[in-house]
Amino acid sequence: MSRDRVLATIRASLGCSEPEDEERVAAVERRLAAPLRHLIPACASRPHSERVGQFTRSLREQSAAVIEAAAPGRIPEAIARYLGEAGLPLRLKLGADPFLAALPWQETPALERLQGPAGPGDAVALSSAGAGVAETGTLVLLSGRDNPTSLAFLPETHIIAVAEAAIVGALEDAFDLVRARLGRGAMPRSLNLVSGPSRTGDIGGRIVLGAHGPRRLAVIVYKTDEGAVGAP
Amino acid sequence: MTQRMLDFEASARAALADASLQRALAGLPGGLVAERAAAKARLPEFEALRDAARDIRDHTLRNLDLYLKAFERRAAASGSRVHFASTAAEARDAILAICRAANATLIAKGKSMVSEEIGLNSHLEAAGAEVVETDLGEYLVQLRGERPSHIIAPAIHIDQAQAAADFRRRHTHLAQDRRLEEAPDLVAEARAILREKFLAADVGITGANFLIAETGAAVIVTNEGNGDLVALLPKVHIVVASIEKVVPTLEDAATLIRLLARSGTGQDMTAYTTFLAGPKRDGDPDGPEACHVVIVDNGRAALLGSEFREVLRCIRCGACMNHCPVYNAVGGHAYNSVYAGPIGAVLTPALIGLGEARDLPNASSFCGRCEEVCPVKIPLPKLMRSWREVDFARREAPLAARAALEAWAFCAKRPRLYHLATRLAVLALKMAARGRGAFGSFPLARGWTRHRDFPAPQGRTFHELWAKTKRGASA
Repeated sequence: MSRDRVLATIRASLGCSEPEDEERVAAVERRLAAPLRHLIPACASRPHSERVGQFTRSLREQSAAVIEAAAPGRIPEAIARYLGEAGLPLRLKLGADPFLAALPWQETPALERLQGPAGPGDAVALSSAGAGVAETGTLVLLSGRDNPTSLAFLPETHIIAVAEAAIVGALEDAFDLVRARLGRGAMPRSLNLVSGPSRTGDIGGRIVLGAHGPRRLAVIVYKTDEGAVGAP
Repeated sequence: MTQRMLDFEASARAALADASLQRALAGLPGGLVAERAAAKARLPEFEALRDAARDIRDHTLRNLDLYLKAFERRAAASGSRVHFASTAAEARDAILAICRAANATLIAKGKSMVSEEIGLNSHLEAAGAEVVETDLGEYLVQLRGERPSHIIAPAIHIDQAQAAADFRRRHTHLAQDRRLEEAPDLVAEARAILREKFLAADVGITGANFLIAETGAAVIVTNEGNGDLVALLPKVHIVVASIEKVVPTLEDAATLIRLLARSGTGQDMTAYTTFLAGPKRDGDPDGPEACHVVIVDNGRAALLGSEFREVLRCIRCGACMNHCPVYNAVGGHAYNSVYAGPIGAVLTPALIGLGEARDLPNASSFCGRCEEVCPVKIPLPKLMRSWREVDFARREAPLAARAALEAWAFCAKRPRLYHLATRLAVLALKMAARGRGAFGSFPLARGWTRHRDFPAPQGRTFHELWAKTKRGASA
């Protein structure tokens, strides 16, 4: 059987004798049970007060639009304004996310909402991020009914809402947030780190946006009354 | 083996004479070198992270069997089927069997070097399937019937005008007089064509940048988002990855991800980094119905026990190619190998045999830049030198090369003879130069003098000058 042949060849190459030496097995189990944090760069461990600006700057450098909302209740009007100014259709595809569902959409009656995964005809989608990473200007999206993955890739415009309080310093902090939410070892089917609109440099080395995924990424950073993760 | 498939010398000569290739190489990979330098300058911990990355890879390789088993367990728990393949043929057959079971006629692919290595596309096509590469560079290369010339920028050898000509030649269903003047025109055209393929494909095949033992997830890193569409839309998703792609935990992946894009394109992070674990779950409104992970050995497990094991640390960033003067001069195709540049020079002989790839470890000036920029500190020059030693010991190298090396070694091991020979040579050259500082042409060295002068010695050998300055006098 190929599996056993491959593993046996590896063991022979490593000079491991049967049965597996307990020390090696124990070391591996330890590492898997308690992941080792390696060096976290200073730029990934700034205080929360600096993180939001860092997050915003990084995203803008990656050609994303960043919009600040003073409260969750201001998100619908921020979206309507952004779409209006960009001349985009006022029609959003979004999942069943309870936070997004609870927003005061009645205040923006012109903004049409459709629920479900994205299809080829959808021009604009809205997702809610589980976290933001200041280090690289990255949004962390968790797949599922609340925020279907297709929203992040099929439409030409993707809007992502993220709470200011959920902006962490390092990628590792974002992983910890997901682990805390879902439990150790449990991961969503798809964990998507998004750091800007889709791009390619494959035609003559020039960067062009909108290769296969969204041409436009707009990130709405909203304030909440909750304390920040890992504040200050 | 006397008949060599890979004649680097001949293809390098052709590459140097290829004006359009030289034009394409002039801008990139030099641009990527500058981008990497800027990214490194923004991250003061860059060097310390390289040490951490090397340690992560070495720890994983020392326990590779255990981490593969852990990955297998967790991937299976999230609903993926894990297949092991010890050879390229086994991997091809395993993937074909999955495609057949899915009645696949159209297969969309994300970028995967190991799929190139195992010759996957032609195998699936021979079985009657249409296979479409969706990374724009890979798509372009596929349209031209070529192979990628760079690990992360497969079409780096093609300029925009050539790409436009290829689109006109191959996209015959579109108006011939359409506008293809600017890069965005080409991107829009490819986007529309490939979007149809994503939506219609029966099976999606991607590679993986990493496999996470802790969670059973495969990691796909892209800028275009094509890998994500390939993994998301077709009803079956197949990940094909080589055994050394596994890392223990998300933390280990985080450190490697910090270095991957910075080393390759100079981005702090690519647009998309995706961790995929298994098929659609209860309540998921999208995602594939079935997920397979095909883990390919193809000679790597044996390599792990050899002096070349460090090459398995590679995370395929492409920095060694971008910084290699040989790669920059001749491009990737001259290597006639799936993996080009310094990493290809070390990996290819291990994968296909030294007899076939003897030229590659010799296609280096040993300037050492590849090792300096490698995010996981692979000692590439040392490994190329090891291949040269293996080659010499096997006595299969061309007679002239062997004889020259043996003659040099004979002298070098006898200091008196060496000093005498060099003194005579220097004197002879000085006389032949007759007061001129350099030779404009030189017998047996026309390859050198065609492009530059050969400096004439001024009468003393290095050893003589050394002996003199060592006594305290400045030269």
